[in-house]
Amino acid sequence: MVQTAVQTGAAGFLHRYEGLRARLPGQGLPWLAALRERGIAAFRAQGLPTRRVEAWKYTDLAPVAQAAFEEPLTAVDGALALPRAAAPKRVVFVDGRYRADLSDAGAPVRSLAAHLPAAEGLLGSVARIDDVPLAALNTALFEDGALIDLGPGEDGGVVEILSVTLAERPVAVHPRHLVRLAEGAKLVLIERAWGHGGSRALHSPVWEFSVGAGAHVTHARLQQEAAASLHLATTFARVAAGGTYDSFLLHAGAKLARSEAHVVLAGPRAAAHLNGAQLLADGQHGDCTTFLDHAAPDCPSRQTVKTVLSGKSRGVFQGKIHVHQVAQRTDGYQMNQALLLSDQAEIDSKPQLEIYADDVKCSHGATVGALDETQLFYLRARGIPEAAARAMLIEAFLQEAVEAVADETARAALAEAVAGWWEKVA
Amino acid sequence: MLKIEGLCAEVEGKPILKGIDLELPAGEIHAIMGPNGAGKSTLSYLLAGREGYEVTGGSVTFHGQDLLAMEPEERAAAGLFLAFQYPVELPGVGNANFLRTALNAIRRSKGEAELDAMQFLKLARTRMKALSMPEDMLKRGVNVGFSGGEKKRNEVLQMALLNPSLAILDETDSGLDIDALRIVADGVNAMRGPGFSSLVITHYQRLLDYIVPDRVHVLMDGRIVQSGGPELAKQLEATGYTAVQAA
Repeated sequence: MVQTAVQTGAAGFLHRYEGLRARLPGQGLPWLAALRERGIAAFRAQGLPTRRVEAWKYTDLAPVAQAAFEEPLTAVDGALALPRAAAPKRVVFVDGRYRADLSDAGAPVRSLAAHLPAAEGLLGSVARIDDVPLAALNTALFEDGALIDLGPGEDGGVVEILSVTLAERPVAVHPRHLVRLAEGAKLVLIERAWGHGGSRALHSPVWEFSVGAGAHVTHARLQQEAAASLHLATTFARVAAGGTYDSFLLHAGAKLARSEAHVVLAGPRAAAHLNGAQLLADGQHGDCTTFLDHAAPDCPSRQTVKTVLSGKSRGVFQGKIHVHQVAQRTDGYQMNQALLLSDQAEIDSKPQLEIYADDVKCSHGATVGALDETQLFYLRARGIPEAAARAMLIEAFLQEAVEAVADETARAALAEAVAGWWEKVA
Repeated sequence: MLKIEGLCAEVEGKPILKGIDLELPAGEIHAIMGPNGAGKSTLSYLLAGREGYEVTGGSVTFHGQDLLAMEPEERAAAGLFLAFQYPVELPGVGNANFLRTALNAIRRSKGEAELDAMQFLKLARTRMKALSMPEDMLKRGVNVGFSGGEKKRNEVLQMALLNPSLAILDETDSGLDIDALRIVADGVNAMRGPGFSSLVITHYQRLLDYIVPDRVHVLMDGRIVQSGGPELAKQLEATGYTAVQAA
């Protein structure tokens, strides 16, 4: 075996893998052991991404590289104050581990750790393990996650997956979630990342979505981690002909958050919605990065991402759309807008279109602005106090992105997270 | 009720108001007429508390309080209402939500109970009917996609709901056809009474056929150069502002 030099910030994670390897779930399964080895080799070769890597130019992982993370406790005290459920069925993970005692029965969600043989052929089939270091690391280290496998035409209903990170200690958790929808299946998934405690904990989930022909999945991610936490999420989705991956990302919590999505429209008329909103207060860094591959003809994609920044915060939007030569009649739309509420806030916005087909409709736009003083005055002249007037205009700015979420439950959960944000930070 | 004394103001270092004296007693409607650039809009924005105007002299007293020391929302809570010449569009803010938030903010400041969604809708529907406004204007974004006449009616609707003791109507007649003008004037006339005063700011006499003022003041080059009864408006219409300037 060729020995590769250890890259920046990787040492702690590599060490952890060596220590854990024998105890990781599924080590008796040769295919999984091999996959984990492949993951750790890829991570060892690349290390944590640095700002020298083009896709990481605006987000510095030094806080992750420098941290000394601890293992999550194997058993957690049962008395946990959880947020109100956003969906009729909720499944709870604490520090990355499935908690049957906190979860509702009847949801189409199983513990990955408890059903690893069922994940063969699915785990690693959509994720890019070899060239996305965080996916590689997750593949090596994951201990549990959600496994959702819907048969042809099956309707999984509306499900919430709540991931609680107990940031009382600087734990690092790397859950792996797998979602497969067979032909014509349906699912609305509300994923909430939530935490408490004041230490620099890391929650770094990886999602793999395999969306079958004509299947439809809504994936609403609400990132509401504890204030000092680090959140690094990577989502992979592959959508077959006529299927839809309809996603929304909310970044509201954490000190440093990056959500990266890699979506491949693999069959004709496959559709993707990659909408999002980032609400960043003083000291927060939020990064929404997406890679969208139009790899088949007649596929529509829609993306509206809005970022609100206050205090000394920093927002990043990177949206790459790659239209392959076969992807004729692609209909792509991308819009990202930022609202700066302070002179010290910074937004870096990088739309990137690479088009190799000739019959394509692709539009994109970006705006950066402050609150409109005339609008603010109009509201105040009607007796609405300044903080409430600002909150109304901020919610109005986000409205377009929130309205793009078709499912009512998911939209309501989002609207609730967005409402009153300004009055809380102001 | 409203007392303006020696009011001087600048915009970006340029003097616009050059010593305005005006007293508006409770229950009266006064018109302020004047040519473009006389300072009419500056006066109305200044009274409502918009930023960007520097008061360089004089005072404004409203119900015995120093108006110029108050925030815009405090002025509104104290009973001042400005009907905008150019009502502002608020995409993403529903009209119903806007109207109810404003109404409840005013009610709260008066120590009155807030209205819930049902109570508000009932009240709004009654007021809208009187202004011949279609009900779907509640569902749309504030002033978004409204015609000029609809925007002005929406201003009058806000006035009717917020029930101010002083309404400043800034060129409310501009862009209105005769039917809309009549509806708007009816809306203002319906509020007339001992507890309601209004400053009707206009370029043309036309509106004053429908809202008959108690007094008319002519504002030119930042000063009130002439005051009189309603007949002054008619006279101005016949002779034009240049005749006043020459006098």
